This record gives sequence, C-alpha cells and structure tokens, in this order.
Amino acid sequence: MSDVTSAGTAVGGAPGSGDGRSPEKTSKSRKERNASLWADARRQLVRDPVFMLAVLYIFVVSTMAAFPRLWTSQDPRACNTDMSRLSPSWEHPFGFNTQGCDYYSHAIYGARPSMVIAIAATGGIVLFGGLMGLLAGYYGGWVDGVISRLMDIFFSLPFLLGAIVFLTLIKKQNEATIALVLFLLSWPTIARIIRGSVISSRDLDYVQAAKAVGASNGRLMFRHILPNAIAPMLVYATIVLGAFVAAEATLTFLGIGLQPPAQSWGIMISAHDVYFLEHPWLLLFPCGLLIGTVLSFILMGDALRDALDPKFR
Amino acid sequence: MGRYVIRRLLQFIPTVLGTMFLLHYMTSLAIQFSGNPVRALFGDRTPPPALLQAITDRLGYGDPCLEQKGNPCFGLFLDRVSGVFLHFDFGINMRRQEVTDLVANAIPFTLKLLVIAIVFEAVVGIAAGVWAGLRGGSFADNLVKISTVFVISVPIFVLGVVVREFIGVKFGNILRDQEWVPDVIAYGFFSPGFKPDYPFASLLIPGMVLGAVALATTARLTRTSIMENIRADYVRTARAKGLANKRVIGVHTLRNSLIPVITYLGVDIGSAMAGAVVTESIFNVPGIGRLVTNAARTGEAPVIIGVVTMLVLVILLVNLLVDLLYAVLDPRIRYE
Repeated sequence: MSDVTSAGTAVGGAPGSGDGRSPEKTSKSRKERNASLWADARRQLVRDPVFMLAVLYIFVVSTMAAFPRLWTSQDPRACNTDMSRLSPSWEHPFGFNTQGCDYYSHAIYGARPSMVIAIAATGGIVLFGGLMGLLAGYYGGWVDGVISRLMDIFFSLPFLLGAIVFLTLIKKQNEATIALVLFLLSWPTIARIIRGSVISSRDLDYVQAAKAVGASNGRLMFRHILPNAIAPMLVYATIVLGAFVAAEATLTFLGIGLQPPAQSWGIMISAHDVYFLEHPWLLLFPCGLLIGTVLSFILMGDALRDALDPKFR
Repeated sequence: MGRYVIRRLLQFIPTVLGTMFLLHYMTSLAIQFSGNPVRALFGDRTPPPALLQAITDRLGYGDPCLEQKGNPCFGLFLDRVSGVFLHFDFGINMRRQEVTDLVANAIPFTLKLLVIAIVFEAVVGIAAGVWAGLRGGSFADNLVKISTVFVISVPIFVLGVVVREFIGVKFGNILRDQEWVPDVIAYGFFSPGFKPDYPFASLLIPGMVLGAVALATTARLTRTSIMENIRADYVRTARAKGLANKRVIGVHTLRNSLIPVITYLGVDIGSAMAGAVVTESIFNVPGIGRLVTNAARTGEAPVIIGVVTMLVLVILLVNLLVDLLYAVLDPRIRYE
C-alpha cells in the first residue's frame, strides 16, 4: 500500500493544520451559516488560491490527456535519429529524445495513459469499495465478517509488491490491466473509510426515525446513511488519484507497466535516467509534469478535507 | 488482553490462507495460459519430452491441473499449504535451491535497509514535527509544512534516480578524485549502488531514500498532534504546577502526541517493505524485493507464494504489535 496509504495518512491525518484560514474568513462563514455544507465548502474553496491553482493545473493536464492536438501539432512518432538528444530550442521547447522524436509532443501525449489509468482505477474503488463498505457497515454480522476478511487479504499485501507480482504474472501490460491491478489492491482502504462512517451513523436518531416510518433497507442506506460518508470518500478519492498517477509511473519505471512504443511519463523517465548528467532536461520535463500532477491532486484533497469538515466552521 | 490477542491471531488464519490462495491461483493461471515455466531453462533448444517431463515433475510443476485453463488446482494448493505449515517446506526454485535459503540470503540486506529507513524517518521526522509544532505559524512551521508536501508528491523512484545520479555519481566522483577522503565515505557511503565491500555504508543512502516519503508524513503527523496537545488542559495543569518547560514538552506533551506517530511508523514497516522493491532495483541491492521480482519474471510459483506469504505474516504481526503498544502508551485504550 506504500504510496496510497502514505499520501492518505499524510494529508488525512493532519486535520488541525488550518491551512490558509484567517480569522476574518471564519467570521464570514459564520454569517452565512444557513447555507448547506456543500455550498459553504464551495464558497471556501473558490477563495482558496492553492486549491484554484491545483484545479487549474489538473484542468491543463486533463485537456492534454483528452485533446493532445490542442497542445501540439507534432507527431510524437515522427522521429529523425539525426536529432538525437538535441537541447530545447524555440520550435522544440523540450528538445529531442534519444530516438530523435520531439520531446514536447511526447510529454503531451504521455498525459493520457496516466490519467486514464488513475481515473479508471479510482472510479472502480469508489464504486466497488464504497458498496462493500456500505454493505459491511450496514448489515454487520456475518456479512461484515466475510467482507472484512476479504479486505484483510488485499490489505495485507504490500501495494507495490502485489502490483509487481500480479502484473508480471498477467504478462499483458496495458492500461486496462494496470488499472485493474491498482483497483484490486486498493479498494479495501475506501471500503474501510465508508464502513467506519456507516457504522457511526447507522444508529443515529434520524435513521431510526426513517426506519420507524417504514423506509426500506436500500432507501435507508443510499438516502440517509451514505450521504454522511460522501465527504471523506471524496477527499480520499482525490488524493488517491495522485497516488495512482505516481504508481503507474513507478510500475512503468520498473519495466512492468506500459511498454515503450506507447507514450507515458513513466516511460520517458525510465528511458532517459542514464542520460541525466549530460542531458538533464530529458528527465526534468517528465518528472516535473508528473510531480506537478501528484502534488495538485494532494493539495486539492487537502483543501477539500478542510472545506468539508464541519468541525472547522 | 489475552482474549483479544487470541482473537486477532485466529483472524490471521483466513487472511493468510486467502492471500496464499490468491497467489496460488494467480501463479497457476499464469502457468496454465503461458505454458510450462520449466521450458525457459532450456532457452531456445527443444528438450526431449522425457527429460522435460522428468524435470517438470521434480521441480513440482507436473500436476495435471496446471494444464487445464481456469482450474483453481485445489489439490496442489492443499499440498502447498500443508507443506508450508506442517513441514516448514516452502518448496524450491528453478535451480533447486530451497526458498527458505533464498530468503535467508536476501533478508539481511532488506532488513538493514528497513532499519536505516525507519530510524531515519523516526528521528528526523519527529524532530522536524516537534520543531514545527511548537512554533505554529512561524517560518519553521511553514518550511516543514511546504517541504513535506513536496516530498510526499515525489514518487520514490524519481527521488531515487535523482539522488543516485546527483549524490552517488556526480558528487561521489568528485570525492573519489580526492585523496584525503577515506574509502568508506568515497566508495561506500557515496557509491551509486550497493557495494558488497561496504555492506552497511553503501546502504545508508538507499535507506534514507526509502524513508524519505514516510519521513514527511511522520513530520506532519507529529506537528498536528503536538499542536493539538499543547493546548490541552493537562499541559496547562503541568505548567501551572511549575514544571520545567523541558519536562512539560518532553514528557507530558510528547508522550501523548506520539501515539498516532508510532501507529503510523508501525504501519509503514509494511509499505516500506514494498517500497524497498523500488529502492533495491534502483541501487542494485540483492534483497527480498529483487528476489520476488525475478521470481515473478520466471514464473517460479513456490518462491512467489513463499516469500510473499512470509512478508504478509510479518506485516500482520507488526500491525498486531502496534495495536498492543497502543494500549501501553494510552491507558484510555483497553482491549477486553
């Protein structure tokens, strides 16, 4: 679980940090008390420059991933070995890689696999992990027992080690299998978050009232209990997106992620780490883009947690 | 307490068996779909069928269910489980070496790496966290806060590669050119990879790289927890009693603040083991990570199952110990 949990604890475990909350802001939010939690959170987030910068960066990277043609008209596969490892110039801002391909277009096209894998895996853990956590927390008893043991199995497998073993054994490394492996190894974390939050709100008075009125199990779970768990889930999902971008690059760097004819930041880093001392830009550009993306997701999650926690109002 | 420990130990059984079955099924599927891994021993030559059959049987890949696609091979799984738990027999690899021997050879390196990483992150992380937490909002606080976010967002392999090239190669080369620098420092500590001649010195930098991310997390956790506790009533009481500041911070505040930090450090042992795979491959350390990676590449099922099961057991035990330590540190927590 290395990357995922460390980032999660790092940010999730630091609730009292109070980043960027000046006293006047608190008094203002007190005046607007009657607004809902989400409206309050939105107002606070829009005013947070760190959050807005992170959102802007993620927006830029997402457009790179979705519409690479907006950013470059060059073909990353049109290569000329005469140009091998030329320095950055005005027409080619990132220079050329070893095969003499334009490095800037490589970097732009490299955003897609990272984002696709991160979004697919995160979507998977939110849906499946969320459902498992909801069922385990709501029904308790043997359902909880079975699901908890199942979570333990995946939880006790170290994240990177498990990913390496699975991906090497599958022998077919593409975006789908990487996303699947990341999903398999990290759904228990989100299930645990939801389970805890469901257990703590299952016996609240308003839920009992809804039950007394005759609400069905499904309605109780999805209408009355689940909304309590949405906020921590959203925070964790944001952070985990960054962790998955990093995990994809790490697996690719180790040679068991995406394979070379594809373009990805991980491939760019692993192909050029030996040229670091002579041609540092070959490593710095992909590393910079990668770190920026991970950082933005973590900062977004941090700001979201502060905004969505009613204790801080 | 005793009942709690027994209940937790009993819960290990389904977890470990489940993990083993998962790995067993994955490796069996890999063999069923991509063919007998023993063939790899012969390279591009075609072995006589009788020889291939004999070697396959001897290495333990002769079970007929390994040729039926999708078959979960329960019989083979039962054999493996009883081998591991009844006879302490983890099987052999392709070169007929015992898995237990392979692990015994690899574990000292990984263990050293882990100890260096944990000590580094605990000492530096807690010190930085206390420093920042006592001076909330100051320059020190902001420095720690911002630098830790950056460290957390750098993937460990990027950090490893950059450190290896900058410190190991570039700075190390300068040192190696100087005559007055002792060899332990120039060739050991600042070497770009693991050197068998300097088994401890050359592991220091890889260990620090491994501990770097967790160090940032530790610092942040300590900082928050100190900031919460410094305002608590019992700290005010201690001050009102006229205790020296050193004692108020060092004993009263710190002891309570370190509870979440110690939990995190315990949990981190597990993730550091996985992170060691990356660090070991960057710095070329012949540890557990490399053992598992190579075994996965050649499809040596007993090695994968054996080593990962051992790691999982270690992680489960460490987690249990952390939970028990929790009760020792915090008298409010009781396990009935």
